[in-house]
Amino acid sequence: MQELSLNILDIAQNSIKAGATLVRIEIEIDRAKNGMRIAVIDNGCGMDEATLARVVDPFYTTRTTRKVGLGVPFFKMASEMAGGQFSIRSAPGEGTAVEATFQWDNVDRMPLGDMAATYCSLVMVSEGTDFVYTHTVDGRSFTADSREFRAVLEGVPLSTPDVQAFIRDYIRENTEEISGGAYE
Amino acid sequence: MKSLAELQAIKEKMKGSIGLREEDKNCKRIVVGMATCGIAAGARPVLTAFADEVAKRGLTQDVMVSQTGCIGICQYEPVVEVFVPGEQKVTYVKMTAEKAARVVEEHIVGGNVVKEYTIGANAK
Repeated sequence: MQELSLNILDIAQNSIKAGATLVRIEIEIDRAKNGMRIAVIDNGCGMDEATLARVVDPFYTTRTTRKVGLGVPFFKMASEMAGGQFSIRSAPGEGTAVEATFQWDNVDRMPLGDMAATYCSLVMVSEGTDFVYTHTVDGRSFTADSREFRAVLEGVPLSTPDVQAFIRDYIRENTEEISGGAYE
Repeated sequence: MKSLAELQAIKEKMKGSIGLREEDKNCKRIVVGMATCGIAAGARPVLTAFADEVAKRGLTQDVMVSQTGCIGICQYEPVVEVFVPGEQKVTYVKMTAEKAARVVEEHIVGGNVVKEYTIGANAK
């Protein structure tokens, strides 16, 4: 993965597969504290303790067509190589929370990348799941909430091209606004 | 700054023009592999390119763009499967946004498989 936003897309796919109806994606950047935190929290089916203990193992996967499962290990690695910490909490029937921290100025911290593209890809293909994406930079934040979008759209699908373009620009412009600079 | 008021305007424009697409047999399907292997290899821009291209050509009622997980040929990602009713499934491999535009033009619209992008032409 070349961007953290791709890790986020990948981790959120697990939430969709877990049958989540709501996925919260939180990105929090605090430049004064040199910190960045990314969390993906879902209300999907969750995992029991035995499964949870194995998901960070690259040689564990729920799939049967191959023997490796690299999504979670990749994200963990991205965090740890940037001086951060990784955690995953889950309980059957309650959902899963994946959280990773990073040193903001660490040379090995991957760029966040195109979160607008990640968010649009997620809402384009998963009508049954809502995504609440909150992005905070130095205490200023904005939220993109697909439940709000759907309420306005009254049945017009989120995959509609004009809607996709709106959401993409909405995220880009708001990200620039709160970061006081160019969209990464 | 964009506001939800703009989204309201889009809805007003789209309402009426959106017939609920039947989940039907006549719908062509473009399925992009979006598992870890696909995403790492560049599936996100491929998915976006297919959606854009289908929209640009006004085909959203006839063509469905969707995603799937890993189909077990990770070395060929990004992998895209195209289902045209009444025809055999076509598996395209090592896709890019540029290749996506050509697949829509030649295969989806023109009815001719882009052979050089298929797994048959690329498998060693």
